[in-house]
Amino acid sequence: MAKIKPSKGAPYARILGVGGYRPTRVVPNEVILERIDSSDEWIRSRSGIATRHWADDQETVTAMSVEAAGKAIADAGIAPADIGAVVVSTVSHFKQTPAVATEIAHLVGAGKPAAFDISAGCAGFGYGLTLAKGMIVDGSAEHVLVIGVERLSDLTDHEDRATAFLFGDGAGAVVVGPSDVPAIGRTVWGSEGDKSETIKQTVSWAEYRDGHPEKFPAITQEGQAVFRWAVFEMAKVAQQALEAAGITADDLDVFIPHQANMRIIDSMVKTLKLPEHVTVARDIETTGNTSAASIPLAMERLLATGEAKSGDTALVIGFGAGLVYAATVVTLP
Amino acid sequence: MAATQEEIVDGLAEIVNEIAGIPVEDVQLDKSFTDDLDVDSLSMVEVVVAAEERFDVKIPDEDVKNLKTVGDATSYILKHQG
Repeated sequence: MAKIKPSKGAPYARILGVGGYRPTRVVPNEVILERIDSSDEWIRSRSGIATRHWADDQETVTAMSVEAAGKAIADAGIAPADIGAVVVSTVSHFKQTPAVATEIAHLVGAGKPAAFDISAGCAGFGYGLTLAKGMIVDGSAEHVLVIGVERLSDLTDHEDRATAFLFGDGAGAVVVGPSDVPAIGRTVWGSEGDKSETIKQTVSWAEYRDGHPEKFPAITQEGQAVFRWAVFEMAKVAQQALEAAGITADDLDVFIPHQANMRIIDSMVKTLKLPEHVTVARDIETTGNTSAASIPLAMERLLATGEAKSGDTALVIGFGAGLVYAATVVTLP
Repeated sequence: MAATQEEIVDGLAEIVNEIAGIPVEDVQLDKSFTDDLDVDSLSMVEVVVAAEERFDVKIPDEDVKNLKTVGDATSYILKHQG
């Protein structure tokens, strides 16, 4: 048996740069209320959302990703050609094949990197980050572009008063690269397929094609069940991620949960007993729920506004349809 | 030791007070969580989880929607507490 040479990359990996793209059109609750019987007060009290961005015809999954990626690459201070792999997490790219990652890789000028899409819902960023870290430590890629991108306005039932106000569009990207010190902790991740009905697409594409029902597929969820799982089960996962990184909540500077709902965020903070000094991402108010894009978008905004700074220690946790989840501790770029 | 009806109502009153800021004296058996006490669907989940912990009882999601009043919740806990 031939001996295979062990693969070896950088000792550790870190996030080197982050970038985001928010569509030009800002949609306030008043616009949502044209199609549902509700109120601005009700929407704000249940979700904390005041406005969200919706993409226009030009702001495609590809276009938004390329914009966000360009910023992340510039922020990382690398050349596009240095990228060895592109991982795109999305559930709202309406073309099954080829993977949108290949086109994005080409358009950002990355040459011929490995490129593929993943489907991990609102945990997609953490899943992509974990893959990227593995590739870098393994030596399969020196720099990896991880993108979370969604056009959830395309998968929204605009007449459903329980979900019409929740979702937004956008893209967030990070460049992950080599590091001499640990800067991404072990990921605590998993899936709970027995709860696959909790958050789901209303009907499959095949059912829609065959004409029943007539309504276009949309994302629907069991609100109370999701809330309970997100707050109380995910708090345990977040705690495990802290332990995996060998730190406690006191060591944290920043908490960036998936931006699903302000009420979930507030309850998680309470359940986790996060100290006052921890900055909490509350991008949901002006961005809505952008699934895989929400964590990198929130990260970018915290750094841009100065609420967080480079070198800060952040706990990130994504959770959503699957159900799936991923939590880890990172050093901010 | 299992809690009495009175202890459960007092406990629920404290929980509702902490989560929704409702005065403890307003939390009575005949009061509806949503209509009378202004506890919305998400706060109700927090109330349920706090009650589970306090009274050593499991209240699955599918049963939560049947707990309309403080009396409903009290009876449920009396029957299911460990």
